[in-house]
Amino acid sequence: MSIGIVSAAYIAAAVLFILSLGGLSGQESAKRAVWYGIVGMGLAMVATIFGPGVGNWAVIALMVAGGSVLGWYVAKTVEMTDMPQLVAALHSFVGLAAVFIGYNADLELARVVALDAEAREALAGFAAILAHKTPVEVAILRVEVFLGVFIGAVTFTGSIIAFGKLAGKVDGKAVKLPGGHFLNAGAALASAVLGVMYFNDAGLWTLMVMTLLAFFIGYHLIMGIGGADMPVVVSMLNSYSGWAAAAIGFTLGNDLLIVTGALVGSSGAILSYIMCKAMNRSFISVILGGFGGTTGPAMEISGEQIAIDAEGVAAALNDADSVIIIPGYGMAVAQAQQSVSELTRKLRARGKTVRFAIHPVAGRLPGHMNVLLAEAKVPYDIVLEMDEINEDFPNTDVAIVIGSNDIVNPAAQEDPNSPIAGMPVLECWKAKQVFVSKRGQGTGYSGIENPLFFKENTRMFYGDAKKSLDALLPMID
Amino acid sequence: MKIGAPKEIFAGEARVAMTPDSAVLLQKLGHECVIESGAGALAGFSDDRYAAVGVEVVKTAAALWKAADVVVKVRGPEESEAKRLRAGQTLISFFWPAQNADLLETCKAKGANVIAMDMVPRISRAQKMDALSSMANIAGYRAVIEAGNNFGRFFTGQVTAAGKVPPAKVLVVGAGVAGLAAIGTSVSLGAIVYAFDVRPEVAEQIESMGASFVFLEFEEAQDGAATGGYAAPSSPEFREKQLAKFRELAPDVDIVITTALIPGRPAPKLWTEDMVHLMKPGSVIVDLAAERGGNCDLTVPDQKIVSDNGVTVVGYTDFPSRMAAQSSTLYSNNIRHMIADLTPGKDGVVVHNMEDDVIRGATVTFEGAVTFPPPPPKVAAIAAAKPKEKVKELTPDEKRAAETAAFAAATKQQVIMLGGATALLLLVGAVAPASFMAHFIVFVLACFIGFQVIWNVSHSLHTPLMAVTNAISGIVVVGALLQVGSGSWLVVTLAAISVLIATVNIVGGFLVTRRMLAMFQKS
Repeated sequence: MSIGIVSAAYIAAAVLFILSLGGLSGQESAKRAVWYGIVGMGLAMVATIFGPGVGNWAVIALMVAGGSVLGWYVAKTVEMTDMPQLVAALHSFVGLAAVFIGYNADLELARVVALDAEAREALAGFAAILAHKTPVEVAILRVEVFLGVFIGAVTFTGSIIAFGKLAGKVDGKAVKLPGGHFLNAGAALASAVLGVMYFNDAGLWTLMVMTLLAFFIGYHLIMGIGGADMPVVVSMLNSYSGWAAAAIGFTLGNDLLIVTGALVGSSGAILSYIMCKAMNRSFISVILGGFGGTTGPAMEISGEQIAIDAEGVAAALNDADSVIIIPGYGMAVAQAQQSVSELTRKLRARGKTVRFAIHPVAGRLPGHMNVLLAEAKVPYDIVLEMDEINEDFPNTDVAIVIGSNDIVNPAAQEDPNSPIAGMPVLECWKAKQVFVSKRGQGTGYSGIENPLFFKENTRMFYGDAKKSLDALLPMID
Repeated sequence: MKIGAPKEIFAGEARVAMTPDSAVLLQKLGHECVIESGAGALAGFSDDRYAAVGVEVVKTAAALWKAADVVVKVRGPEESEAKRLRAGQTLISFFWPAQNADLLETCKAKGANVIAMDMVPRISRAQKMDALSSMANIAGYRAVIEAGNNFGRFFTGQVTAAGKVPPAKVLVVGAGVAGLAAIGTSVSLGAIVYAFDVRPEVAEQIESMGASFVFLEFEEAQDGAATGGYAAPSSPEFREKQLAKFRELAPDVDIVITTALIPGRPAPKLWTEDMVHLMKPGSVIVDLAAERGGNCDLTVPDQKIVSDNGVTVVGYTDFPSRMAAQSSTLYSNNIRHMIADLTPGKDGVVVHNMEDDVIRGATVTFEGAVTFPPPPPKVAAIAAAKPKEKVKELTPDEKRAAETAAFAAATKQQVIMLGGATALLLLVGAVAPASFMAHFIVFVLACFIGFQVIWNVSHSLHTPLMAVTNAISGIVVVGALLQVGSGSWLVVTLAAISVLIATVNIVGGFLVTRRMLAMFQKS
């Protein structure tokens, strides 16, 4: 395959990727969009493998086959509730691959420079591209390699920690080593110094030390972010993996990589932005961990949490005409989505209006709740966003909060001293009655007391969400 | 301690402060109960029923006042009763200390501790002993029943074979507890209900009961929160507007129930004589404020009169007493809750804790001293109503000007950003070689496309979006593929590993996305 055909295939692949992302604007077109992505990826790989300057086909065949089987297995077996972990784990792969490819570029460059002029002419593929670089281009190449490795390394360890936190293998609380952000800043500064040394031919060791420092930054950065902020973290890592791919694209002079990396990078950046906006916090304050500027003591909450049993909830549901369900991470943890779906089906069969209100940061991944509800066969046209449904609460008979906390916290609106003041929340307390399905009396991930639980029209439905709902189901008629 | 309920001696009072049910609960608190013979007869509780639950029945009032340590009553003590008090004895009843200064002095002189049920502060914790509310609730209900009794038509509209019946229109003035109860009762009987109140914050409560709020356009709205949830006198201008509104409504409504009271003042005159004349014959006015002079000009306390034009004006003052069984049950529960608060140890020992907001507020004489009026409670009764935000109507000119300004600002911002970006690009272009710039253009354009495309992705598909971007970020496999043909074994190894993990990413990412998207179904 000539270089011209390869380029044509790359253009086609880039266009297909763009169409693929654009197709996600609606549920129906999305099903087609995945195929655009798959075809684009297939085109790109085939064109590259059969393009000029690629050797060791046996190795390629083996690795691609192995990778495919592994990927297929993972995709088939993963539970929908484990989706956040999976996405985080996959990000770490991109990061690691970017690190390796960056190293390769450096190694290859060193090898090519060492060759004499004749041997250089005989080179093919990537090595040939390197061989024809002018000194300025080589300098730029080094910057690109350096950036690619740095971003890749941060993505790698960051994603692993995020995976651990999401999978519950690492404690979800924000943990910082003594020194806090200064440690990160110091490591970043040291990396910059090493970078300058690397540009001045200090050798491979600078790159290696920098990689270790970047590994540390990724680790420490994500360790310092609490579980409730995970949606931002995951989308941020998504963005990083894109930028890493773009940096590699520059290194290799490959436009397809650049385009794809940029698409992924901006996609992740926008997702992070949306998540931060949904929490009314700046990106910086999320990344640096901890909640920002509170100015005084939190408002005193008076009253008591009043518990209710399944009979009481069932009676209220049987009387209600309109019901809004607000799922949160607790629903995912208890694997209660099937029970929720069953409840929805039963209530709808009685002619009641049942809708779902999804806060943008509900769960541990952007759109997490939508996927879980879709898995449980809840029709997507009754699953609404916060802005679409918030005004409907005053006309709603019953709001059921299942395993969510901060996203329904009225303190965000009522208490200017609350750590989450100003965060847009679902105003479920305006419904005539609110039931909160919750394990116990504790506070949520962010450790903020929730005045909703003390409101007069709120009843606490204690217990594991799945068990509570299953107890409720036979009583709905 | 011994808790005793005497027979009410006020004429026509049928209620009793202790029922057999409440006596059982009082005994559980460790108290003994005693009742004057015949005290519950008018409310339907015979002496036998009291005796059956272990209440001692004494023959005379004198014996009861002597036996009881705590006397519970409905009406405030008459002069003759007050004289029977002794030092250390506790009296719990309605008292109206502001209107009964002499009586207060008598009780003080006797050294008795008097708890006035009408002085229980309006805070959440004290709701269970708020006898004013529980009695007002009954009055509101009964007012509608009395109105129905005197009204010659259905409340609900009906279309029958014998002809069409229009629904009754009810106007409730004053949406306190009694007003809201009247609204609820009228609505459930099928009437069309309008309600008015000077406190705009109750509009929501009125609407929640199923009535429509009669809205009055007026600048200075009253803040009911400042007065503990009660209404305050309104300005003459406001009153004029209010009366004009009522005059407008009068020919239309069939039943008017007035409940407007201002604490410590005679009832405001809201339904004037000319309004009564505007009403249709057969209409009914029930004046719940009759005891304080009435809201209607024609009201005669304790009587039902018919005006010249055939409008019935009901001025009874004893609505709760007319439902003595119900009101005794609720009142005795209020009393029982008060005594429960006075017996924190549940051991039959009364602890008169003057530090307690509720007990302090309700106590009017204590250990030979007058303790009325009480200091203001520490907790506000109800939250202040937030003033409704007014959206100013913009004139077309102003609108256009605002739009132009916004457009200009947006243009300015974009120009600045574009200018900055251009300068930055020029800077890069000045030092970077041409080959880099070619790639850089691609990069910038791709970022741009990315931003444009991603904004359109629907919120519910964010997880699939992440999975798909994850899959396509596996495109780094291309880089690894290009390197795998190298001559160095180290490079080949690293590249091979990269190919492997990037492929996992690609295949895993796409398949998982497909799995997720297949699940999204329309209903």
